[in-house]
Formats: sequence, C-alpha cells, structure tokens
Amino acid sequence: MEITGAQIMFYIFAAVILVFSVLTVTSRKILRAATYLLFVLIATAGIYFMLKYEFLAAVQLTLYAGGIVVLIIFSILLTSHISEKFEPISKMKTIASFLASAAGAILVSSVFIQYKFVATTKEALNVDMEIIGKSLLSYEREGFVLPFEVISILLLAAMVGAIVIAKKSDDKIINEDKIK
Amino acid sequence: MIENIPLQYFLIVGTLMFFIGVFGFLTRRNLITILMSVELILNSVNINFVAVNRYLYPNNLHGHFFTIFIIAIAASEAAVAIAIIINIYRKFSSINVENVSSMKN
Repeated sequence: MEITGAQIMFYIFAAVILVFSVLTVTSRKILRAATYLLFVLIATAGIYFMLKYEFLAAVQLTLYAGGIVVLIIFSILLTSHISEKFEPISKMKTIASFLASAAGAILVSSVFIQYKFVATTKEALNVDMEIIGKSLLSYEREGFVLPFEVISILLLAAMVGAIVIAKKSDDKIINEDKIK
Repeated sequence: MIENIPLQYFLIVGTLMFFIGVFGFLTRRNLITILMSVELILNSVNINFVAVNRYLYPNNLHGHFFTIFIIAIAASEAAVAIAIIINIYRKFSSINVENVSSMKN
C-alpha cells in the first residue's frame, strides 16, 4: 500500500499534537508550556484544513491561537516570574494520575476501534461561506439562530463579568486616593 | 474516505489529547497551567466533532457549528478565568492552588 500525501500530513499533525500536548502538561517552565499549547492549537487548525472546513480552521487560528494564547501569555507575564521553575510533583501523584488517564485512554480507544461506524449515504454538502452564514441566521430546519443568540448573550455576560471581577474594588481605590 | 485515513485515527488522536489534558489537570498546581489543560480538553472534543461530521454526516453541518460554539464558550471561559486568577494573585500574591484556601476556614 502506497502512502499518500494526505496521510503524511495527517501523521505529521498527529505527532505534533501529541508530542506538544505532553510537553504542555509536563514542562516545568510556564511560558514554555504556553508556547507548546500554541503549537498544539495550530496543528489542530491544520487538521481542520485537512477535513476541508476552512472557515473553522480560520476561526481556530484567530480565536484560539491568536486570542486565547495571547491572553494566557499576558496573564503569565502579570503573575509569574519567567525564570521560575515548578517544584517537581510527588511520584505517587504522578503515577496515580498517569494510571487514571491511561486507563481512560485505553478504554475509549478500544471502544472506537471495535465500533463499526456507518456513514450516511446522502450527498456531501459543499461548505462555503454562504451556507455557513445562512445557517447561522436561519430559524428554519438546519438553522442555528437560537444558539447563535445565546452565545452572543453569553459573550456579553462574560465580558461584563471579567471586567467587574478583575477591576480593583472601590474602597481600595478610595484609600489610594486619600494617600495621594 | 479522505485518502485512506480511517475515521478512527482522528478519534484516537482526540482521545489521547483529551486524556493528556486530564493528566495535566490532575497533576498541575498552578492555576494558569490548569486552565491550559482545560483548553487541551476542549480542543480534543472539537477534533472529534469535526471528524465525525465530515466522515459520517457530510450532508449537514451540526458538528461544524457545535465546534464554533465550543470555541466561543472556551474564549469567554478563558477571559473570566483569567480575571479570577488576577484577582486571586492580588489577594494571595500567588496562583498556586495549595495557597488559596481562605474559603475553607
């Protein structure tokens, strides 16, 4: 059996995702962990490109790789010393966590390997921007206007909540004014 | 389907990534690294949704839109979590989960 270009690409993306995920959760320097997370997210966008969901890949790159990672790096710079290393975790805890996650991974993988997936025989949809935009704002069958509106309210609430939580409390500001 | 790559390969990559995230969530002590593990978990779920949508039900877009909504929720969750982490840092001068225990007493 010859190996196709798509297969090589898939193996590269899968290897990048797995290696850098492990590095993300084991690296003892926090800024490096954030950088490894960035590689994982970019490789995921590559997998979306392989599956021909270009819009989703673009959203992944701008929102995850561009937005969330920058947010995380900013908060790391605000709260940690860059050169600081984490203390090593106790051996017992590492072994117990490893056993728990390995057991879960083996269980779920064995189910996936044995299960016979049946694909639909209907014709594939050509995903372009017109279909995505129309389904997002359609209230008919195959329309997603309700979750779209719910998400917009959630984003507003999260934004207001983040500002209220992160700003200094009022009495602190008043005290600082008095000192001045 | 897509040039000799079975669906199971994508699902297994997603599974391994999910449990690597779980491992990080259990072992890490720093709040920001815990948040990064949660992002890994959310991302692995997205891979599963997209792969199943493309391989089994290419005639509709449910997995695609679900993934977009998960990304939006992950973004808002990260914003609120980081606001809380910054507030904790102001109060305790540390973001280690073992030092933050004032609610216990």
